[in-house]
Amino acid sequence: MEKKLIVSASPHLRSGATTQKIMLDVIIALVPAAAASVILFGPRALLLIVLCVASCVLCEYLCRRVMKRENTVMDLSAAVTGLLLAFNLPVSINPLIAVFGCVTAIVVVKQMFGGIGQNFVNPALTARIILMTSFPSKMTTWTAPFAYLNGTDAATTATPLALSAQGATDSLPGYLDMFLGVRGGCLGETCTLALLLGGIYLIARRVISPVIPVCYLGTAAVMSLLLGRDVLFDLMAGGLMIGAIFMATDYTTSPITRKGKIIYGIGCGVLTMLIRVFGSLPEGVSFSIVILNILVPLIERISLPKPFGKETVKQ
Amino acid sequence: MELTFPEKPFRTHGGAAVPHHKNTAQMESVILPCPSQVTIPMQQHVGAPCKPLVKVGDLVQVGQKIGDSDAFVSAPIHASISGKVSAVTKVALPGGQMVDAVVIESDGQMTVSPEVKPPVVNSPEDFIRAVHESGLVGLGGAGFPAHVKLNVPKDKHLDTLIVNAAECEPYITADNREALENSWAVLSGVYAVRDLLGLERVIIAVEDNKPDVIEVLRKVADNSKLDPEDRVRILPLHARYPQGAEKVLVQSCTNRVIPLGKLPADVGCLVMNITSVAFLADYLKTGMPLVKKRVTVDGSAIASPKNVIVPIGTKIADVIAFCGGYSQPPAKLLMGGPMMGIALTSDELPILKQNNGILAFAEKDAALPKPTACIRCGRCVSGCPMNLVPTQLEKYAELKDTDKLDQLGILCCMECGTCAYNCPAHRPLVHAIRMGKALLRNGGKK
Repeated sequence: MEKKLIVSASPHLRSGATTQKIMLDVIIALVPAAAASVILFGPRALLLIVLCVASCVLCEYLCRRVMKRENTVMDLSAAVTGLLLAFNLPVSINPLIAVFGCVTAIVVVKQMFGGIGQNFVNPALTARIILMTSFPSKMTTWTAPFAYLNGTDAATTATPLALSAQGATDSLPGYLDMFLGVRGGCLGETCTLALLLGGIYLIARRVISPVIPVCYLGTAAVMSLLLGRDVLFDLMAGGLMIGAIFMATDYTTSPITRKGKIIYGIGCGVLTMLIRVFGSLPEGVSFSIVILNILVPLIERISLPKPFGKETVKQ
Repeated sequence: MELTFPEKPFRTHGGAAVPHHKNTAQMESVILPCPSQVTIPMQQHVGAPCKPLVKVGDLVQVGQKIGDSDAFVSAPIHASISGKVSAVTKVALPGGQMVDAVVIESDGQMTVSPEVKPPVVNSPEDFIRAVHESGLVGLGGAGFPAHVKLNVPKDKHLDTLIVNAAECEPYITADNREALENSWAVLSGVYAVRDLLGLERVIIAVEDNKPDVIEVLRKVADNSKLDPEDRVRILPLHARYPQGAEKVLVQSCTNRVIPLGKLPADVGCLVMNITSVAFLADYLKTGMPLVKKRVTVDGSAIASPKNVIVPIGTKIADVIAFCGGYSQPPAKLLMGGPMMGIALTSDELPILKQNNGILAFAEKDAALPKPTACIRCGRCVSGCPMNLVPTQLEKYAELKDTDKLDQLGILCCMECGTCAYNCPAHRPLVHAIRMGKALLRNGGKK
């Protein structure tokens, strides 16, 4: 044997899973919601999605270049952030504001903290919160679904949660419209059907565990019931679906242990409903998830699994 | 309380659905023609190394003892072929340590030594002595001397023998073939051990990807003539890696948890590999000590994979040549399975007692993907059969924080490799954990 043998530590077999394949699965899971947003809000929605994805990927590329780090564009995580950020914007948003959001998400929130796996809050959600506080009126100007068909881009509407908060219950959309996404709101958050399809895909592909979405949505439903609200309405309104399925399950910013995921999911549900009911904002999904993101290290400290056969885990 | 047999395996945590690749499961074992030379290391077991009992020029015969030690935790070494001792030298074991070895040039006769005769067993002490003389070590891979395991301290009450036929490593089918080709010996060996220790029940655990093994063993175990008191039953396990790991297996079979640093005996169980049990029966019948071993030879670089019965000490290169040689240049050579096997530096090394597989892989299957950043996906956590958090262990091993490593239970890790197998970022988790353990053991705490 003239050629040297490779000597490495076991195991010598790998499952074939890669970060890129996982991110690709997330992108596939987001396709139904993307399609729904284009149908509901028109070609402008598609342009916004393309713009956000391109900006995020470019920011990631430039950041790694400037920092002289290995390039991570091909892991597709920046593309996922771009998609999610676009889904969290109203269709009427100024494209420059959208680009500003992308820069915030990738440069400030993700890369400045070390890139993939290191950011302590969800980049897309944090960017959304920064845009909400920087451009509050632009971020809450909602175009009515299908308005683009009549050429009336300016036909504005209100989100169901805002209507509900104002007590305008008569003008609320019905359950079917809510389920199909025929209501005011951000690009990707309105169509419950599309989001559920994506969620089922991710669970079936074992990309995410159902623990966080189930605990989040379950807690929100129970709270809604206890507070005498319309449970189905609460589940389908605002960003709860997209938040529970795609945002709260972000690997980097959610707990790694099963027990931690349960605590985190319940925490998100409680906080979301408290903000909806008692807060001055109509919607609280973004804030709830980001607050729980920050608590993840603490949640993990109290949720470490007990090693097999080891007596006690000292904290 | 009357012990009962589990209807189905108890729940265990984690694991991974690794591909089975049991390519050689249906191939009857073939016997390697007598090699021209064997190199027999004096340490093929856990414990004290043996001293060579022969010198250059001595004539030896098959089954003749050529190495022994006074230490209790050790196992004698026997000549595997007949011929002349041509050298007493040093060789490197797969782990790297240098040990004495006896090199025998074959006379081509395979003459059996007159020392080889069935042992006389009238008492438990006789039995233990016989097991010691047989040179048997744990054939599942650990290489722990069998007489030490069977010499159970008086204060420990055992009730269950678990025969490990899980064989959860991909590719390896040596135990699978043992069960099919030697099922009588399995049951006979089981009875010998059961009678010695007065055990109440025997569970033969087999992964359910081997239905033929389950069927054959059931024929002997569920036979009212062979097993009149119904003390022996077969338990099909879910074929999920690492089902055959001792602690996982004990939990699957009995729902008992072996505490950290303890043995199966501490929860009333004795775990033996199926080939070990069958060997015991053969030894009691013939008196032929452990001089040969069935080895699965497979992998993408092997021309004609098969199970080969090989004299211990045969050069790996000779065994591979018998399997048609390399079909393409080997880039990695493994002793054992792909999950826990050791990567070898050369095919000049000898086959050892506890070997059950030799795998050779071509370049494309051997190169490991480059590590990327941990994305905290949690696959290492959900897969860990020991309920650990491997990604944190990796982090604290890099930080050399031994207190934290101890707290997180690093010593519970059995290095099964499920975490690294699952990891989409290809982190070298097992490697880091090994370093962390060494740090904790050697460096000690601040």
